[in-house]
Amino acid sequence: MDEQADAFESHPEARYGGAGRMSDATVAAHEEAAATLADFAPAANGFTGRDIPPDDVFNRCVRCGLCLPTCPTYVETMVETSSPRGRIALIKSVAEGQLDLLSPGFMHQMSECLDCRACEAVCPSGVEYGKLLEPARTQVNRALEQERGPIKNFVRHLLLHVLFGNLAIMRLVSRVLWLVQRLGLQAFAQKSGLARLFGMEKMIDLAPRMSDTFFVARDQRWEATGAKKATVFLHGGCIMATAFAEIDFATVRVLQRAGCEVLAPAAQGCCGAITVHAGDMDAGRELAKRNIEAFEQSGADYYIINAAGCGSTLKEYGHLFHEDPQWHARAVRFAAKVRDITEFLDEIGIDENLGRIEATVTYQEPCHLVHAQRITQAPRNLLRKIPGLTLVEMDESSLCCGSAGIYNLTQPEMSQRLMERKAKNAAATGASCCATANPGCQLQVQAGLRREGSEMSVRHIIELLDESYRVGDASRGTPATP
Amino acid sequence: MLDTAPLPAHVLDELRRILPRPRAVLDAREDLLVYGYDGTWYEGFPQVVAIPESAEQVAEIVRLANRERLAVTPRAMGSSLSGGPVPLRGGIVIDTKRMNRILEIDEVNFVAVVQPGVINADLQKAVESRGLFYPPDPSSMRQSAIGGNVAENAGGSRCLKYGVTADYVMGLQVVLPTGEIIRTGGKMVKNVTGYNLRALFTGAEGTLGVITEATLRLLKKPPFTLTAMAVFASIVDAAQCVTEVMSAGLTPCAIEMMDDVTMSCVEEMFHLGLPVEREAILLFAVDGNHRAIVDGEMEALSELARKAGALEVRVAADEAESNALWQARRGISPALARKRPNKLGEDVSIPRSEIPRMVRAVRAIAAKYALTIPLFGHVGDGNLHPNILCDRHDPQELERVGAAAREIFEAAVACGGTLSGEHGIGLLKKQFIELDLGSAQVEAMRRIKTALDPNGIMNPGKIFPEPGGIDAFKL
Repeated sequence: MDEQADAFESHPEARYGGAGRMSDATVAAHEEAAATLADFAPAANGFTGRDIPPDDVFNRCVRCGLCLPTCPTYVETMVETSSPRGRIALIKSVAEGQLDLLSPGFMHQMSECLDCRACEAVCPSGVEYGKLLEPARTQVNRALEQERGPIKNFVRHLLLHVLFGNLAIMRLVSRVLWLVQRLGLQAFAQKSGLARLFGMEKMIDLAPRMSDTFFVARDQRWEATGAKKATVFLHGGCIMATAFAEIDFATVRVLQRAGCEVLAPAAQGCCGAITVHAGDMDAGRELAKRNIEAFEQSGADYYIINAAGCGSTLKEYGHLFHEDPQWHARAVRFAAKVRDITEFLDEIGIDENLGRIEATVTYQEPCHLVHAQRITQAPRNLLRKIPGLTLVEMDESSLCCGSAGIYNLTQPEMSQRLMERKAKNAAATGASCCATANPGCQLQVQAGLRREGSEMSVRHIIELLDESYRVGDASRGTPATP
Repeated sequence: MLDTAPLPAHVLDELRRILPRPRAVLDAREDLLVYGYDGTWYEGFPQVVAIPESAEQVAEIVRLANRERLAVTPRAMGSSLSGGPVPLRGGIVIDTKRMNRILEIDEVNFVAVVQPGVINADLQKAVESRGLFYPPDPSSMRQSAIGGNVAENAGGSRCLKYGVTADYVMGLQVVLPTGEIIRTGGKMVKNVTGYNLRALFTGAEGTLGVITEATLRLLKKPPFTLTAMAVFASIVDAAQCVTEVMSAGLTPCAIEMMDDVTMSCVEEMFHLGLPVEREAILLFAVDGNHRAIVDGEMEALSELARKAGALEVRVAADEAESNALWQARRGISPALARKRPNKLGEDVSIPRSEIPRMVRAVRAIAAKYALTIPLFGHVGDGNLHPNILCDRHDPQELERVGAAAREIFEAAVACGGTLSGEHGIGLLKKQFIELDLGSAQVEAMRRIKTALDPNGIMNPGKIFPEPGGIDAFKL
């Protein structure tokens, strides 16, 4: 049954590739598979146990179709099955015993969805799509655990539980990766078969370039510059703290200048986004509990996050515990205090002593900022504050870039198609820099632009603000803040 | 329950030969489960889905279907509100979404030539970027395609001033049920050669052929637009106001009505600060080529609305505010799902002089059957959307819904109106069509249908009533 697991995770093109990009071999496989599927008999197994996609959510869909043109996988394939409305209908079919949970098309659709939530943001009926997809994925994963084979389960466990479950281990692996990258050993890992042994060929290739200095939360306390407006808890993140540590340090500086006392409690951990999106809600809940406790003990006013993907998961902790009366209220209280860094700075106001940056900048909207958190204006307001900077909008700025957590590992073909689409749209603006607010997008857009042969840089909005302050300080002869 | 017979292997082989591209012939259970619905609560299941990219491929598919006596149900975005794209007899669903190119925007003749899978809003954006204008704006404009718009003869808010889709269809390419490709009409303004078949295919709901291309009339985009909202304590006052505006000879491009239930649903999604505690609002839009004229018209409208009892008339300060109001208006139909699990959306159209009478009738019917029937619609052109909210799995409630729907149709016909202004008859209203047209007229339609589609393969089960008085809302 290992084939089933493969259909879910990596090579579904056999039956569900895109419009017109399949090789002859996959077309043949497609036809063969379709022939066997015609005999496929329905089974009434449905969903079981915890985390069942709620029927009051999928029954709210009136099938108006407004979500279709916003869905990245629909606009790429033009196939209803690859649309939000189609996926909701499939989830309903499984719930009603019309379709088997482990049917190839269902598993593929649960995996092909980017969980970008663009559909949810435009839905007038208020269908909370994320509340359907994440439990449906969890259901598929649980059912697949027995089918997946010990090695794959072990690698999955390492990735989701050990790596993202413990920031110290994340840093250790990142340091090894840093060493491999600095010594140029990626090729060795690939050729020697070491990477293959652990099923990590793609991961080593796609891993971001690690920062020299990591951001390590060790109960630091940075004082506010000037009058204090608030005390904030900074969530350093996992990928952010190792591959983009500079952004964390920049976040501290910008927050200080905005009048915030910044705390980095050591008790914080991963937010759980990767695990929840990958369909492991149990592991996600364990991570969430740690962050809720850390925040409660810190006494901070707000919980600040500079990665959009993490922010949306943190804000949804309440839902994560909706079946757990003990933790639900605490999770809801916590979630109410979570702020994306752009949202927070726009709300409390920033230090306006910004220096000039003469550049044309376009803005790539992270899905989990624009769709999941519905934050559209704050990032643009901040960018417009920088003197000299011209903001030009790209086409489809809110269409997913294909990064989507570990999507580039699970759905490489679709991920790449969306990456190319995004890079073309960004490059067409003629801007010299693409601003964004999420590390996954940053890596993906960067890779897409390189492939397009574009010189455009990709920066987090906070880096641009930080640079602007540095320029301003230098021109005034003020020493830069630490 | 999906329970269609598998397609004969030679038909599948033939379809794969016609459509060699990947994912162009779908017959997996997972695919069949999602190609049988639209924006109503009806559901059917095809035996296979075919996704062609040219008129020639469509023609080959239809010829195959005609030879094999298989049903053909054309579909683009599946946003219909009458059941048009629901396959009732299995067969082949032809999805035209990959035929989605704007082939030409002709700035001399003021026409656009488009394929059926082009989304209405995309066409509007493309022509507006050249200072041109495609007026038909169904509320589904962001999720409905031109093929469906033409097949259902879609309307919209601006129809009040600019007319419906049929008024913009200058020419069509159609694949007939017997597989021939014909062109009717074209870019010329005047054309009386032969029967006006483009008018026949427009609004035929896919029962006479598959539309594979449309030549659409364009206008110059009026540069000035204003939107205003008038708030009323009584919905009948609001209805009366519309009648007065129209008889005063003013020419707003749209007048929309929302009642209190509608406003509260929309407010949940769009947070516009609508006066949900009031019984109704009217939205007015005025457009034109000269600022002074547009301003003057809006002034006159506001004055009339106040005289008719408007508590307040608020003109949108800028384009953003006006766009927000219209976006909310377009979201009404799906937003009603926030109140009850299901809705039966009606689409009656009446002479404008009868609007207050129809509004009173709908309110009385809602009270009589103890149903919530929010009332909104393009009230300026007499096209109202009473939506009966219900739980269709409650048999007693469904009984009352059926009775109320029938009375709404009867009231519309009694007002000199008709069953459908813009959604089409489809499945939802077919059992009531004789009430409106009479049996001789329905018989005449049936003869046309039989002449063009001798084997009855094109979108079977739509428009024409089933013998024996089946319950239209159960299926």
